Amino acid sequence: MNSKNKAAAVKLLILRIFVYAVIIFLCALCLFFFIMLFVNSSRTNSQLQRGFTLIPGGHFFYNLNNAVHDSSINIPRGMLNSLIVAGLSSALTTYFSALTAYGIYVYNFKLKKLAYTFIIAVMMIPSQVSAAGFVKIALELDLDNKLWVLIIPSIAAPAVFFYMHQYLKATMPLEIVEAARIDGSGEFATFNRIVLPIMKPAIAVQMIFSFVASWNNYFLPAILLTKPGKKTVPVMIAQLRSADYSKFDMGKVYMFILLAILPVIVVYFILSKSIIKGVTSGSVKG
Amino acid sequence: MKSTTTKEAKAKSISYAKWGYIFILPFFLVYAVFTFYPQILTIYYSFFKYFRDGLTWIGPEFIGFDNYKALLTPTAEGTIDILKYFGNTVIMWVMGAVPQFVIALALAVFFTSTRLNIKGQSIMKTVIYMPNLIMASAFSMLFFTLFSTVGPINSLFVSMGIIDKAFDFFFCTISMRTLVALLNFLMWFGNTTILLMAGIQSIDESLFESARLDGASGLRVFFNITMPLLKPIFIYTFITSMIGGLQMFDVPNILSNRTGQPNRTSETMVMYLNNYLGVSKNFGMAGAISVVLFILTAVLSVIVFKTIDRDKD
Repeated sequence: MNSKNKAAAVKLLILRIFVYAVIIFLCALCLFFFIMLFVNSSRTNSQLQRGFTLIPGGHFFYNLNNAVHDSSINIPRGMLNSLIVAGLSSALTTYFSALTAYGIYVYNFKLKKLAYTFIIAVMMIPSQVSAAGFVKIALELDLDNKLWVLIIPSIAAPAVFFYMHQYLKATMPLEIVEAARIDGSGEFATFNRIVLPIMKPAIAVQMIFSFVASWNNYFLPAILLTKPGKKTVPVMIAQLRSADYSKFDMGKVYMFILLAILPVIVVYFILSKSIIKGVTSGSVKG
Repeated sequence: MKSTTTKEAKAKSISYAKWGYIFILPFFLVYAVFTFYPQILTIYYSFFKYFRDGLTWIGPEFIGFDNYKALLTPTAEGTIDILKYFGNTVIMWVMGAVPQFVIALALAVFFTSTRLNIKGQSIMKTVIYMPNLIMASAFSMLFFTLFSTVGPINSLFVSMGIIDKAFDFFFCTISMRTLVALLNFLMWFGNTTILLMAGIQSIDESLFESARLDGASGLRVFFNITMPLLKPIFIYTFITSMIGGLQMFDVPNILSNRTGQPNRTSETMVMYLNNYLGVSKNFGMAGAISVVLFILTAVLSVIVFKTIDRDKD
């Protein structure tokens, strides 16, 4: 009996070591490329040509200065454009998704069921599938190179609506609305002053996700934004790939990449707990 | 009941239906203008000859199913492009998704096992989820610089003696596809792990306990309890990943510098669409490809909804 227990304990220990090894390997794999990025963004072009190392080169600010003042890729402008698009998109998408979810959750009207079913049905359709028509309209109305064309569509985000609707169902009792009405609160005021604060956690999570999605968005902006002053960060990064590679200062290239992803990484490390929680609450089971 | 004089009853008798319409109006208006109408237009132009040649526009001229026929006509090389690119997309998705789901499932089981009692879970989850939020185009560009012939990975491999001279990862079908798959794997396995973990955690704990008391081995518990009960969520995650795979674009587009190199073996469906939408603005062909993508997505979505529905029963 005793030796059997011992064997089981040894087996568990081996299993545990194996599992830790696998997890640590995967974590290292995830971090490796970013560590390389940090290291290389601090090395000059000539240092980089000397090959692989994990020791920083000490020229971080030199590369930063070069990247920010590059004549062909105006990365500060790109970051500002991206910030405008992602910031406004995430604000609009969360506010109007919450508003729509509330409208369908609280009120009874004839087309309520149809509206809900429609949104759920189109939830999985990727935006690329309607891109041809979108580009056609944008060109016809001279709306390419206009940032707002990328911002306004975020008002209608079926997946965010679904999340908000699930959240309302789980957290908001309808009595609150009744009580507000008795107190003489108007319908819009009830939503803005009472319901929005209740939905704060859901809004925060969705704001982060939609900000990141918009910040990273590449497909449509790459087609529509062709003027240098209008490009967002992903479009500029893609430009690096097609530029004549041999002419490039590689330290600067790494710095461009770092600048493109750093804002998201910083936000992530501050809010990682609620972001990870948000990943699961967005799925079907809720 | 009939005579309603109290304030409360009065509030109930007022119809608030119009507010429902007002609240959902912005959403549906914007959806109609920026998604639904473009969608209809996309389908509409798929039956037209309509593209830009230099500065002049050709068309729109109604040509029936000619764009679809063109899609299915073999090129001079004897390949049907759309099938080739669909194949590329599927292959690269499978190469990333198989390890993604195997590892995510293993990690989800490890993390939720009370017997293993893994410490430091929250930091581990933070690390493995991080790549999911990284800009795919920047991540791809990073991979390109690291794996390029003059990049650090090549110099590392040469100095370790694994290869004797720099290897061009982006001009070899296998290594190119592997890099695309590796990137997709890195970006998504953390996300899948977290979703599957939540699925396992929603299984009634007492089932695991009684199995353990009966002396069932870890593997038996996995196959007889965890897997069957996790199945709806697993299928949901898997098919959503397929839909995402169908949209594969950023990574191969940047790694291959838009060419799908070598020999268009890393060209995906959406890259194909993008080629027609880019310079030539060929709304006819782009429309036809979009319709194909739409149908494929719709079929997969129906499967998703079926699994969700079954979930409810």
